[in-house]
This record gives sequence, C-alpha cells and structure tokens, in this order.
Amino acid sequence: MSLIQSLAQRDRVFDFMVPAESPVDVRHGPILYMEDVTVTFDGFKAINDLNLTVDDGELRCIIGPNGAGKTTMMDIITGKTRPDQGKVWFGARHNLLTMNEPEIATLGIGRKFQKPTVFEALSVFENLELAMTADKRVLPTLIARLDGPAREWIDEVLEMTGLAELRRRPAGILSHGQKQWLEIGMLLMQRPRLLLVDEPVAGMTEQEMERTAELLTGLAGKQSVVVVEHDMGFVRSIARKVTVLHQGSVLAEGSMDQVQSDPRVIEVYLGESEEAA
Amino acid sequence: MWLTQPFNERSTQLFIGVLLAAMTLVTLLHVVVPAGHPLHVNAYTVNLFGKYLSYALLAVAVDLVWGYLGILSLGHGAFFAIGGYAMGMYLMRQIGDRGTYGDPVLPDFMVFLSWESLPWYWLGFDMAWFGFLMVLLAPGALALVFGFLAFRSRVTGVYLSIITQALTFALMLAFYRNEMGFGGSDGLTDFRDILGFNLRSNETRLGLFLASGVALGASYLLCRAIVGSKLGRVCVATRDAEARTRFLGYRVERFQLFVFVVSAMLAGLAGALYVPQVGIINPSEFSPLFSIEIVLWVALGGRATLYGAVIGAILVNYAKTVFTGVMPDAWLFALGGMFVLVTVFLPKGVAGLLAYRFKRRRDESDAAPGQEVTP
Amino acid sequence: MRSLLLLWLLVLLVVPLTAHAQPSADDEAAIELLEALDVDSFPAKGEAIDAIVASDDERARGWLQALLDGRLQRADDGRFVIVLDNSGRDWPVEDALSGEDLGEMSRRDLDRIGINNALRNQLRSVIAVVDLYSPNVDQRRTSAERLLGEVDEDLAGPIEALIEEEEDARVRQRLTLALAIHRLEQGDIQAVEHLDGSLHSSARIALNRATSSDDEALAQAATAALANIEQNLRLNRAAETLYFGLSMGSVLVLAAIGLAITFGVMGVINMAHGELIMLGAYTTWMMQQLLPGQPGLALILAIPAGFMVAALAGIAIERSVIQFLKGRPLETLLATFGVSLILQQLVRTGISPLNRTVVTPEWMSGSVAINDALSLTLNRMYVLGFALVVFAALMLVMRRTRLGLEVRAVTQNRAMARSMGIRATRVDILTFGLGSGVAGLAGVALSQLTNVGPNLGQNYIIDSFMVVVFGGVGNLWGTLVAGLSLGVINQVLEPWAGAVLAKIIVLVFIILFIQKRPRGLFPQKGRAAEG
Repeated sequence: MSLIQSLAQRDRVFDFMVPAESPVDVRHGPILYMEDVTVTFDGFKAINDLNLTVDDGELRCIIGPNGAGKTTMMDIITGKTRPDQGKVWFGARHNLLTMNEPEIATLGIGRKFQKPTVFEALSVFENLELAMTADKRVLPTLIARLDGPAREWIDEVLEMTGLAELRRRPAGILSHGQKQWLEIGMLLMQRPRLLLVDEPVAGMTEQEMERTAELLTGLAGKQSVVVVEHDMGFVRSIARKVTVLHQGSVLAEGSMDQVQSDPRVIEVYLGESEEAA
Repeated sequence: MWLTQPFNERSTQLFIGVLLAAMTLVTLLHVVVPAGHPLHVNAYTVNLFGKYLSYALLAVAVDLVWGYLGILSLGHGAFFAIGGYAMGMYLMRQIGDRGTYGDPVLPDFMVFLSWESLPWYWLGFDMAWFGFLMVLLAPGALALVFGFLAFRSRVTGVYLSIITQALTFALMLAFYRNEMGFGGSDGLTDFRDILGFNLRSNETRLGLFLASGVALGASYLLCRAIVGSKLGRVCVATRDAEARTRFLGYRVERFQLFVFVVSAMLAGLAGALYVPQVGIINPSEFSPLFSIEIVLWVALGGRATLYGAVIGAILVNYAKTVFTGVMPDAWLFALGGMFVLVTVFLPKGVAGLLAYRFKRRRDESDAAPGQEVTP
Repeated sequence: MRSLLLLWLLVLLVVPLTAHAQPSADDEAAIELLEALDVDSFPAKGEAIDAIVASDDERARGWLQALLDGRLQRADDGRFVIVLDNSGRDWPVEDALSGEDLGEMSRRDLDRIGINNALRNQLRSVIAVVDLYSPNVDQRRTSAERLLGEVDEDLAGPIEALIEEEEDARVRQRLTLALAIHRLEQGDIQAVEHLDGSLHSSARIALNRATSSDDEALAQAATAALANIEQNLRLNRAAETLYFGLSMGSVLVLAAIGLAITFGVMGVINMAHGELIMLGAYTTWMMQQLLPGQPGLALILAIPAGFMVAALAGIAIERSVIQFLKGRPLETLLATFGVSLILQQLVRTGISPLNRTVVTPEWMSGSVAINDALSLTLNRMYVLGFALVVFAALMLVMRRTRLGLEVRAVTQNRAMARSMGIRATRVDILTFGLGSGVAGLAGVALSQLTNVGPNLGQNYIIDSFMVVVFGGVGNLWGTLVAGLSLGVINQVLEPWAGAVLAKIIVLVFIILFIQKRPRGLFPQKGRAAEG
C-alpha cells in the first residue's frame, strides 16, 4: 500500500527541486526563540535561564569560554537533551520540546557537530545522498533511486565543497578539514531553514577558513545560521551579531566591537586565562 | 528495480554461481554416481550438507543485523528455534495416529501428560500453509515486539547484546517446562513425513538439501538487495554514527526494527529447514551458547559481506563435524581458540583475507559495504 | 509397666544426679537383663525394656538407644555387641557390656534383636525421660523436645516437678509447653493461654484438635489462639523469604560486583567472568585437598588464595586478549567468551567433568533458631556477611585510595585522565585484576552453597549481567541494590510461580525495565555518559 503510494508521490514531487518551503511561521519575527531555559546535570546547571532569539535569515555567532553551555544549547535545540524548564520554539508554530531528533531535522534544522561526524564506511557521494531532503521513511528509502536532478544537486554541492574529485572514496580517508567540508555539504543537502554549526573551522588551514567564511555568509539571508566558534579571527570575519555565553546564560550581545569592549566579557575571558595559566 | 540490483554485482553473481554449481554437483554425485564408487555422495552426507546450508542461512541473517546494522544479537538462536518449533509443530500434526499412543490429534507427549485437547496455539498446524506461514510470522512477531521496545528506548551496543542473550535464555527455560506444551526437554521428534513425502527416504533428504540451497540463494539475493539499497546505506550510517543519522531526519529505530524483523524471519526459515533434516527440535537450540556460536561463524567468515557468513558457517560446522568425531574433548578448546584468534588477529575474517588478496591482484578498491551503485 | 517407670523416676528424684557415677551393676545382672530382650514375644521384650530402665545401670541408655536403632545385636558366641557403623560390608562393633572395641565383624555372624513399632514408641518415650535427668544440657534439650505432644497422665506429675528443678530456660520452656499441650488435651481451658503465641507445630496440632472440642468455650479460645499463631507464622515466613532472598541476592552481588567494576571502568564485557568465579571455587577445593582435615583453615586461606588466582587469571586475560581489542566492546565480548570456553574445558580435562564437593567447616554448618518457626542457616548468613564486607572493602578502595581515584577518573573520561598523567594501562591492569579477584572471592563463597563444577560460572554469568545492567553501569551502590532486590523478588515469586517461572519472570522484568530506563536504576548523568 504505502509502497505504491510513495511511488506515486515520488513521481509527482521532486523534493529537492522545490525551494525550501518549510511550514515554519516566521511572520512575527524570530525563527528561533528560547526563553528561560535551564538544564541541570547532577546538580550542575549547564544552562541557566538562557534567553536567545535568532531572526530569520540572520547569521549569529556564539562565543564563550569552555563550559559556557554552547554545545548543550545545540543539544536542546536539536532534541538530544531535554531542558528541565523553559520554552524553545521554532518560528511561531513549532514547540521543539515536544519533538524528537528526526522530526526536528525534518522540520528544517540542520546541525554540524563539534567533532566532524561523517559516515566513514560510505563514500563521499553516499554521505551527501543520505543527507539529501527526501522521503525518509523506511519503505520509500528501500526503493529510493537517484534521478538526474538529484544527481545534479549532489554534484553541485560536491563542487561547492571542493570534494568532487573524492566522490567515490570512503569518507573515512578524508582529512580533518575535508570532513568538516563534507559535513557542511551534508547540511546543505538538507536545505535547512536553520543551520547550527559547531566549530566549523577547527583544524582548517587559512584558505579553507576563508572559503568557509564565504560559504556561511553566502548562506545567510536565505537561511538562518548559528555558528559556535572559538577562533576570534574567524568570528570577526563573518559576524554581524555576536552572543557571549557564560555559565549557561547570555552575558552580552551585540556587534563584535561592542562585545569585545564590554567589561564583563573582558573579565570573564581574562579571568579564565589567568586560571588556566 | 531494487530487487534485481544484486544481479549486477560481481560478488553476487559469483556467489549464486558457486552455490548452484555445488548443488548440481552434489545432486549428480548422489544420484548418478553409483553407490560404492569413491566419488559417490551418500544420503547421510547430503543430509549433512543440507544442515550446513540451513546454518549458512542463519549466519546470513545474523550478518544482516550485525554486519550492516551494528547490532550484535546474542539471541538469534531464539528466532531459529522458534521457526524450527513452528515447523516441528506442523510435522508433529502430520504424524496423526501413527504415534506410540495412536491418538489421532494429540501428539504423544500430550497424551503422556494426559492432556484432554490441543492447546489453542497448536490449532491450524495440521495445515502446511499455516505452519509454513508461522515459520516466518512467529519469529517475526517476537522480533517486532522485542525490537520495538528495545530500539524505541535506544538500547544499543553491549546492553542490547546482553538483553538479547537474556531473551533467549528466558525462552530456553520456558521451553524446558512441560506446561508450555512444546514437549519439554525432549522437544518435538519422531517426525514421519513432510507434505506427504517420507522424511526418512533418500529422495526427501535430497529434496530438503536442494530446498535449503534455494532458500539460501533467495535469501542471499534479498539481503544483497536490501544492503545495496539506500536503506542499506542508512543502516551502515546508523551502525557507524547513530546520532548523526538521526539528525539527518531518519527515524533510526524504524530502520533497525525493519532489518531486525527481516533477519529474524530469515533465521526462522533457517530453523524450519533445519528441523526436518535433523529430525528433532528441543530447547537446547535456545541455549545462549548456540546463539553466540552463530556470531562466531559470521566473525570467522567476515562480517558485512554476507558471503563471508556463509563461508564461516560452513567452515566452522565442518570443523565441528570432524572434531567431534575424532577428539570430542578438543572441540571446545578449538571453538574457544577460534573466538580469540578471529577477534584479535582476523577482525575482517576469511572474507577480509580473500578481499585483500583480490585487491592486491587487481589493485583496486574492494567492494566496501554500500558503495555507490551506478544504475 | 508405667508404674515401674514411675517408681524408677521417683527413685531418681531422690537420688542426687551424681549417683550416676557410681560403679556399674554386676555384669551378670546386666547379661540377664539383655538376655530377657532376646525373646520372640514382643510384649515380653516390652517388659524387659522396663526392667532395664528400672535397673539403674548407667549403660542402660546406650543399650536402649542401640536397640531403637537396630544396632544392639548378638554375636554367634552369644555376646551382646553394639554395632558402631552398619553402612559397610563388615561392621565395627564393641562389647555391649565392657565397651571394649571388638574390631570388625561380618554381618552374617551377627543377629539383630528385632523390635516393632509399639516397642519403638515405648523406647522413644523412655529414652526421652531418661535423658531429662542427664547432666548434659544438650541431651536434656533434645529429650524435652521429643516430649512435645507425647506427655500422658503418668508423666505429667514428674514433669511438673522437673520444671521447678530445671536450670536451663529452654528446657523449662519446652517442658512447660509439653505440659500445656497435655493439659489442653485434658480439656483445660487455662492451657490455651500457655499455648497462645507458641509457633511449635505440636502446639498448633493440639490447638487444632481443640477447636473441634465439645466444650464451646475451649473451642473458641483455641480458634482465637490459632488465628494469632497463623498471623505470627505469616510474619515469620515473610522473614524467612526475606532472608533467603537477601542470601541469594548477596550471591548475585558477589558475582556481579567484579563485573560492575570491569564493565564500568573499561566498558569491557568480560564473558569469562563466570569462569573466574569458578576458579575461585576450585581454589577453595584445592586448598581443602592440600590441608586435609582442616576445612575451616583451608576455607579461610582460600579467601586470599582465590582472590590471587582469579586476579592473576584476569590480568592474564587482559594482557593477552583484551588490550588488543580497545574500543571494540563487542569483539571483546566474543573473545572473552572464547576464553571462557577454554577455561571450562581446561577444568573438565584437567580436573574432572564431575562436580567436586567442598566441605563446609563445622562453624559454618547448622543454623540459628530464632524461634520455633524460623531458623537461619549459618552458611548463608556467613555468605551474606562476607558479601557485605567485600562490598564495603571495595567501596573503601574506590573512595579512599589513589587507585580508586584514578579508576573513577578513567571511568569518567579516559582521554582526559590519560592527559593528566594517569597511566591508563596500569589502571586497566589493576582494575581488571581487582574485578577478577572479587570474582574469585565470589567463587570461594559459592563453594559453600553449591556444587563446584566446570559449569559453575555459566550458571551465574547471565544473572550477573542482569544485576549490573539493572543497577546501572559504573555504580557500585546500584549493583548492591539491584543484586539484593533481584534476589528478594526471585524468592517472593518462587512459592507461587515455581523456581523456573520465577526466573523467567525476573528476566522478562529486567528486559522490560531496560527499555524504560536504559541506564539502569542509578544511571550516570551528564555529557560524559552520553558518548
């Protein structure tokens, strides 16, 4: 039954050709809205009364010392971790706290992990194929086949990420930087409304970093991008608006210059470095 | 079509070719070459080969979940045994009034326990189609329920292995009980005929051998089609990075459940082919030792290749036949030693060795699981 | 017949107990007494027994006991002998009169003096009464015990007198109870009061009989008392179930706790853990072979020896197999399973495929009677205590020592611990040794409860895994709580489900529990645990 249905559906809709038309309601402003979110691990408040709004089409950088709660925040948005309290909304319609990871992913939130995670046993091409927007239920996946436009879209992303030469090689043999690129490519295949990018330039060379910056700024406007990054130079090169996290809540928000001159931010960073030294 | 895809793969063509050749050869040597001739294959050996083939099918089922999904099931013997019991129940009902007590309906052990009538779950097994359907549905249903619970709550890795082991252990204890209505520790035996053919005749034995071969070939093709599809690649993705797969929008637990159920059904089919060839099914097939031994076959042959599982099953069982005949005490040493040596020195198994030699000769990348397939 | 006995009792009451030490009566008289037993008529034998009782011969008790057991026999030469052990082909005997050891005699040269059931009953009550005057407290206790429900009118008087004289509280209590039962049988409603609260079965039988008495008041009182007793009994049964459950649980804890350590710290499934337990049990057996005749000492020495043997075996497994399989837990599982097969077969071919018996030392056998309905077996109590001690010791090691600190650090975050200068390899070896050593200790304890055989470990491995998974990996408290509660659950289920079904139910329960809480009762929280 569903097999025939999905066959019929497949003929009618070429998912990847349709411009990203997610049901997200952004008429009233923000695409991501977090209010008073708190998470506790064994008594330790990883996230403490966090309030954060990201506008549609915005490119936002999030910085903060280690343990500030950056990764945990991403875990909450993508449904991996459930907060003890607070609200997390995607647009005005979707309460993310009631959804699981695949649902959130299907809704249009893509995530790149801190440690690049690609499917090492699969080829670069196959990695992108799996990431591509499609009917991701079991039986449709079993009978799914690639057609012309889908291939072209994958080829396009391969070009964009500079991995065209390596398309048939298993992803496991890629260098660290190449894996980062592949993962960004997989994000692009998903055509998400909101990209969460955790430390995209770690382990990249100067040139690779530049290309990443180009790519991310190019995406902004069409898609919303949230970047968590340690590399201040990189943040400065792409950021319009920066949020500083500290001990699980927002310490400061504004342009890079504003943030850098904020005395509280300076204290946090200097204090940290003194302790570390 | 995704189902015909495997015919384009060299390894599958080779496998099916070898299988068909072997089946033909054994048949010829058994039927055409006269008894007494050194090349003659006697009925006992045909039966033995048939048993190996059903084990090979079981190994393919285990490789499907372990090799491609990363789920180390230490309880696949349970699905095998349940398929075997379903077949055994059909064969039991076929005995009719020829049993020791001559009861036209009740199997001997029920008469012995002075049961008045058949328990409800024995109804329908007098019909071949029903029995054969249950061979697939009963293990499938168990896998569905168990897998649904386990995968939904994301029980993976060693935890999953341990609870699959607990599952088969619990079933073993249950089937040992007479009250369960499956013959207790003696199990089901004394079968007479299947579909009207006498189980003790040489022709039936040859037929069962060929049926096992056909089942193995067909199942192999099905598994290859599954692992060669996009679904197969999702499985490999799940195996290597489950969380990442989830973030791509795949409901990992449903993929796991689908493959797990398919695998359980294949295991059940293997059990159903095994039982008429050995003439008995008892609770020892549920023993955790047997389930973990199956895993060794796959490990020895090489996981995530499917044909490796077949090689491993046949090699280990051949070794077992030889060892238990010559020096039975040494078999457990050999088996234990194999576990250690294979995991430490031969992580890719015999198939890995073959692929390595093959690769060196052709100097080309081998058929890694889920390689991009050109249409 | 009874009057003779009474006479004799009265004599005894007057004669001080030291009178027993006076020189024995003339042997000829004794022979005459015994000859009277060797007749065909059973009533005549009965009279002969009374005569022996009345003779006040200090050997009388021995004769009567031997007669009761069928060991009083007459040799071909006419001598009376007492057979000391009638299990073999030839029997060691002693002279019934002089007590002289006569060596072994063929059973064909001996003629047993037969008795019937009536005589047996007579002998029992006679012996019981005789023993009540014994200077030995234990004999008096056993004798008083036998009198319960056996008192008749003739005995009531002397017993009442004895209660006054008796110094031992237990004997006194028993005699009072015996008397009360007798009174109740006479229809004395006062006696119900004495019996109320007694858990002894003979008291219950007497009360039960009284409920159908014609005297309505008595029947009612008896019914009420019985209900009281039943209530009390239920409590005692519950306590017994709890005790057995805790005992079984303590075995599970012992078996699982080593596994919890190795699994928690190294993420390694050691399928050979059960065989390490087996090695500990065999070490105990070996120690007892080395120190014949001193099972207690051997057992105590087996504790450190079992620990060392298992620990060394564990370290050998770690070095030879597991260290090559770092980060591949499923492969480790398979390899260690192979090791377990090899160890089992080694024991089978090296020692024997049959079970070995490990002797339980005297101070560990027997039981402690809490009351008439509840007695706790000593060996289980020792094992329970041992388990708690081992647990406490492990807690101390983990909490208070440098090794414990390093172990906890490696459990939390291996890479970080390593970069802080902790030698993870050394920690691996030591933890594996520790976990395996504890398995050895479990084996020493198990040797006191079950048979020691090559399959010993197999029987515990799945249960141990269940305990670890149920309790939550990497949490010793979890293992303790899980082990004890699983033991108790199993014992609670057993009476109405049967042993096998109870086990199945527990397994299914855990399988379902893991679905609900995949990380066990006491999960580790935080980002590190998500990995």
